[in-house]
Amino acid sequence: MESLESQIAEWRAYVASAPAVNGHDVDELEDHLRHQIADLTEAGLTADEGFLVAVKRMGDFDAISREFAREHSGRLWKQLVLAGDDGTTHAASAWVEAFVFAAAAAVAIQVARLAAGFPDEEPAWFARNLGLFVLPFLAAYFARGRQLDVRAWVLMATPFVLLALVINLYPYDADSSTEQLVALHLPVVLWFVIGYPYMGGTIRSHQQRMDYVRFTGEWFIYYVLIALGGGVLMGLTAGILEPTGVDVDKVAEWVLPSGAAGAVVVAAWLVESKQRVVENMAPVLTMLFTPLFAVMLVCSAVVYAVTGRGDAFDRDLVSIFDALLVVVLALVLYGMSAREPSASPQWMDWIQLIAVASALLLDLMVLGAMIARIGDLGFTPNRTAAVGLNLVLLVNLVGAAWLSGRFLRGRVRFHQLERWQTAYLPVFALWATAVVVILPPLFGFD
Amino acid sequence: MHIDKDLVAASATPLVLAILADGESYGYAILKRVRALSAGELQWTDGMLYPLLHRLRRLGYVTTEWRTPPEGRRRQYYMITDEGREALADQQRQWVAVTSALNDVWPGSGGLQAAAGKA
Repeated sequence: MESLESQIAEWRAYVASAPAVNGHDVDELEDHLRHQIADLTEAGLTADEGFLVAVKRMGDFDAISREFAREHSGRLWKQLVLAGDDGTTHAASAWVEAFVFAAAAAVAIQVARLAAGFPDEEPAWFARNLGLFVLPFLAAYFARGRQLDVRAWVLMATPFVLLALVINLYPYDADSSTEQLVALHLPVVLWFVIGYPYMGGTIRSHQQRMDYVRFTGEWFIYYVLIALGGGVLMGLTAGILEPTGVDVDKVAEWVLPSGAAGAVVVAAWLVESKQRVVENMAPVLTMLFTPLFAVMLVCSAVVYAVTGRGDAFDRDLVSIFDALLVVVLALVLYGMSAREPSASPQWMDWIQLIAVASALLLDLMVLGAMIARIGDLGFTPNRTAAVGLNLVLLVNLVGAAWLSGRFLRGRVRFHQLERWQTAYLPVFALWATAVVVILPPLFGFD
Repeated sequence: MHIDKDLVAASATPLVLAILADGESYGYAILKRVRALSAGELQWTDGMLYPLLHRLRRLGYVTTEWRTPPEGRRRQYYMITDEGREALADQQRQWVAVTSALNDVWPGSGGLQAAAGKA
């Protein structure tokens, strides 16, 4: 019997090494194996034979762990694991590929700057097109990595081309605020377009949409880390070269944009290949900041309600509240994507609901003031964009708060909360597109 | 007789839900029941049952609970939910439609049953 126990222990260790299989799963599978062995020995087999047959019946474990990975993509969402076996060669060539695309983005941004007549001039079309200089490379990087067919490449390129045409053919006025709005919203639209190659040429799968949300969060963290490291590097370089009389500012002027553009692709590559490092960090950040934000939001809501200063909001404040709602939404989405969907309600879910509810309360006050203002002074492009975004976020968060309230009372499954968010993603994409495409003609390119 | 693996996969969800509709159960017992029901014809890869059960849990068709029976090891029990019953009823309608269509088109007067008898 001793040898059977050690055989089972060995098998257990092997099963546990699969990244998408957690401790409970291993317990469950081991229980299954033991039952099977017990039945087989009862039927006359020796313990050894029983073990062999039971393991055989369990099936090819590579295939099973792939199934687990597919079902629990939240535990790892590793395309690498899903894709296949030859990890090392794959990783090496992936590095080169990422580098090529990053370098291409870095060069493209410099070409655009030269064309714009930098450093003497900084024309508005440069800022407006910024996303188009960098993000196509990221899209192409994913399309290549996912081995999309020609049709998918064409489908992916179409929005890029159409948007490039639209934003460059519109006759904006000088110092036009719709033009600034386009510069702000175009990268968002393009980011949604990149979702298409990222998800391997589909947009319907809700699980893959969640993966893309998760990717976006991780990408952001990596980008910030790279930016910090780059900042330290630049600072030290400046400190060292200053005494030699080299004009450091001139150098930085050229290095910085290329670095920032290349880092977009490099961060994506890091997320793809080093996922498991950050995987542990991102949920921790969410856990840390969700309660802090909840406290801050509750305090602000109380202050505003008590002092009754809700009518003192000016235009800038709406933008700040837009930013606040975006952050709250990001925390909600990120907390959701890092959560085990089948777990029952926990204290974090309550804190999240408190954060969302107080953000909503604050926002309603701002929105009321804002709409009164529009009633007095009429619509401007900026006000329309700010209020529109606010409404889009508001509807999302009301839905999220409603569903998570029901979830906490055990009325709905967590699955439905996820579904709400992933189903809502196209609304954000549509709104951003509307700001880029419809708003400028609506306001006469003002 | 070899049953095509697509067919095995397609029938897995309704089978598991139907077994759980009879009462709560755990992985190994579910699998044994499938073998008994199909007289050993449906050959499942044992390990594949668990990702399937976890998917049903994510969709809210089953709930789970870890329990230690009087004699035995701690194990996870699966219980069907109302949503699970609805999904099962829906699956049943689909399978009835498929089998009745097959029945109508099958050669010979006995339909599906006769064809099954020959095989």
